[in-house]
Amino acid sequence: MRRSTLFIPGNNPAMLQNADVFGADAVIFDLEDAVNITEKDNARNLIHYYLATHSNLPMEVVVRINGLDTTFYQKDLEAIVSDNIDTIMLPKARVEYLVKLDEILTRLEKERKLTKKIKVLPIVELAISVLEVNEVVKCPRVDGVLLGAEDLSSDMEVTRTKEGKEIQYARSAVAMACKAYQLDAIDTPFTDVNDPEGLCKDCGNAISYGMNAKAAIHPNQLDTINELFLPTEKLITWALRVEKATAEYAAKGIGVFSLDGKMIDKPVMERANKILVKARKFGAI
Amino acid sequence: MNKNEFVNTLPKFSGANEYKKVERKLVNKKATSSTVKFLKSMPEAFDELKISDGMTLSFHHHLRNGDYVQNMVSEEILKRDIKDLHYAPSSIFPTNEILCKLIENENVTTIDTNYLNGPVAVTIGEGKLKNLLYLNTHGGRPRKIESGELPIDVAFIACPTVDKNGNGYGGKGNAACGSLGYAHSDLEYAKKVVLVTDNLVDKLDRVELDGKYVDYVLVVDSIGDANGIVSGTTKITRDPVGLKIARNTAKLIDELGLVKDGMSMQTGAGGTSLAVAACVKDYMIKKGVKGSFASGGITSYFVDMQKAGLFDELKDVQCFDIGAVESYNTNPSHHGMSGSKYGNPYDDPVVDYLDFVILGATEIDKDFNVNVATDSYGKIMGGSGGHSDTAHGAKVSIITTNLIKSRLPIIKEHVTTITTPGEDIDVLVTERGIAINPKRVDLLEKLKDSKLPLKTIDELYDLALSITGVPNTLPTHNDVVGVVQYRDGTIIDKLYKIY
Repeated sequence: MRRSTLFIPGNNPAMLQNADVFGADAVIFDLEDAVNITEKDNARNLIHYYLATHSNLPMEVVVRINGLDTTFYQKDLEAIVSDNIDTIMLPKARVEYLVKLDEILTRLEKERKLTKKIKVLPIVELAISVLEVNEVVKCPRVDGVLLGAEDLSSDMEVTRTKEGKEIQYARSAVAMACKAYQLDAIDTPFTDVNDPEGLCKDCGNAISYGMNAKAAIHPNQLDTINELFLPTEKLITWALRVEKATAEYAAKGIGVFSLDGKMIDKPVMERANKILVKARKFGAI
Repeated sequence: MNKNEFVNTLPKFSGANEYKKVERKLVNKKATSSTVKFLKSMPEAFDELKISDGMTLSFHHHLRNGDYVQNMVSEEILKRDIKDLHYAPSSIFPTNEILCKLIENENVTTIDTNYLNGPVAVTIGEGKLKNLLYLNTHGGRPRKIESGELPIDVAFIACPTVDKNGNGYGGKGNAACGSLGYAHSDLEYAKKVVLVTDNLVDKLDRVELDGKYVDYVLVVDSIGDANGIVSGTTKITRDPVGLKIARNTAKLIDELGLVKDGMSMQTGAGGTSLAVAACVKDYMIKKGVKGSFASGGITSYFVDMQKAGLFDELKDVQCFDIGAVESYNTNPSHHGMSGSKYGNPYDDPVVDYLDFVILGATEIDKDFNVNVATDSYGKIMGGSGGHSDTAHGAKVSIITTNLIKSRLPIIKEHVTTITTPGEDIDVLVTERGIAINPKRVDLLEKLKDSKLPLKTIDELYDLALSITGVPNTLPTHNDVVGVVQYRDGTIIDKLYKIY
């Protein structure tokens, strides 16, 4: 369960050193788009040694490798697969690539005697991936999906806007597929780092479609994202009342009851529970 | 007696409150006069004032890195090869590089200042100053002057505008710099006072430097480069680490109950300090709080806060940017103050009325001692300025700094040079946690239910070292080049020659 993920270029030592301090629920060390082709080796080495030696790693360590349609991904995986990482982010995800990635990870985990199973976060950023998203979420290791609107807009030959009308369908598709399998639906980054109001609006849009987390491209975006992707105080208060009333009625053997004139049944209790789980995980209660 | 032996004869620091046991010492102010003599050139000034070997000359640093006046005097000294002078500028900047020659030639053999960086600091660090560098505080310097411990023969006071009666004002003129707070003690106590200006007017409507203390006015082509005097703007940091520190600092200030009606505060002009001010401003607006005053070096940011009704007044010892200078000229609630009124422990100073102050540190140690004078090699790169004064006076003194800068941990077992004693530092805020000085039991009690990332300073130290490893210790030189004088005049630490 995440609210925020933060991209950090894999070849920037100063940013790596502080990766754990910004409060991102997951930090994505990037080997793909943020790293120039001439810097790939440096970035792999830097991330490898950072993960091996740094005593304070982020809550979740994600590494974005280069796509399986490139010649870089094998070296990426060779360099970074270890118990120090939690998740691989796969760009331009397709079902066939996810299956292949699972095979490679299974082999590396066995060879390196890893003590945990590495998760995968696919990026849906091609039109074909949007069409495949219902299958993508069923692939092994998939723990959530990131919507990548910049590449998707390019693939769709549409202009990317702050309002985001052009990604309405993709947002809905990703959110629906993820919710169906209880995975994180992670919204695309808001790329104007100097527009805090725009970021707020964009978060609101994403939430309204059912996205439950958002990627950040700058640490200064994290406070806003973390705050907005937490349930509101009003919702938490309501959920706490539902939780309390549920326990009280359950003690009397009553499963459905009324609160403030509204029926509280199993789906409502489950919604209240989800709100409280998230609020408790991130210290809002 | 060599320098090392001499330093050992000076009174040692034994506590930040010890000055209270000693009565204020005041020598007579200089004689006043209703006449002022106008000079046409620096050589004429030297002849008239009979500047000779062994004298003490003082300057202020309000023109900062745009200052021409100290350099003009230095050039004349170099031409005349006057020896064994004692220089007492309130600060020294890279633009004052000519002073290096004077040091090497033994024209200047002793220096009193509150802050220095650049080539002069390097030259002194190389052990080239014959006698000692006395590194004072902004409040300690006026105390030293008024007590007669630092008698000044001639004060050369750069003044952006002077009238025909010898009155001076800093807010107008080609080299306008705003408040001239650090020059007041020199004006009132130097044996002779020369105002050096490039803007002579018939009559000033507003006077900061009273002509009755002025003996001479020297009119020159230019007293300074406006570009070096004030920065165009001072800006809030965009650095995410600095912003995180700022947000947590403001949260802490709020949780300590310091955001309240009548509150008073001071921050530096650095990006993180201004970010703290911005976050505190948000709390003030949210709570509908109106503060009493903001003080110190004033920036546009505080000018805007005051204009927005968040403070009754600004107490300004020096203006940091153009916006502050403009406000100083036009805003009736923007008041200048002398360096003595700002920080002199015996002058009921403004710092004693601060609720909190935000300060920086180049190093801090496990006893909360702070170094702002040298880097970890011992190389001189700053000085207390108002650090020790505000840290002592404010009810809560807060150090904001990165726990790690580049590859170096900022918390040390022992700082290289103590400038501000740990007993005067209450809180350390870093990006990886907040440490409260255990002596401040009251603050710890207020924060007992806080969700802020509170840690002990030992925990932060261990955390820093777990990331950086243990830095090698460097061999140190034993030759003393200067002393750090606490605001009461006692020696809190020594400055050593560097390799």
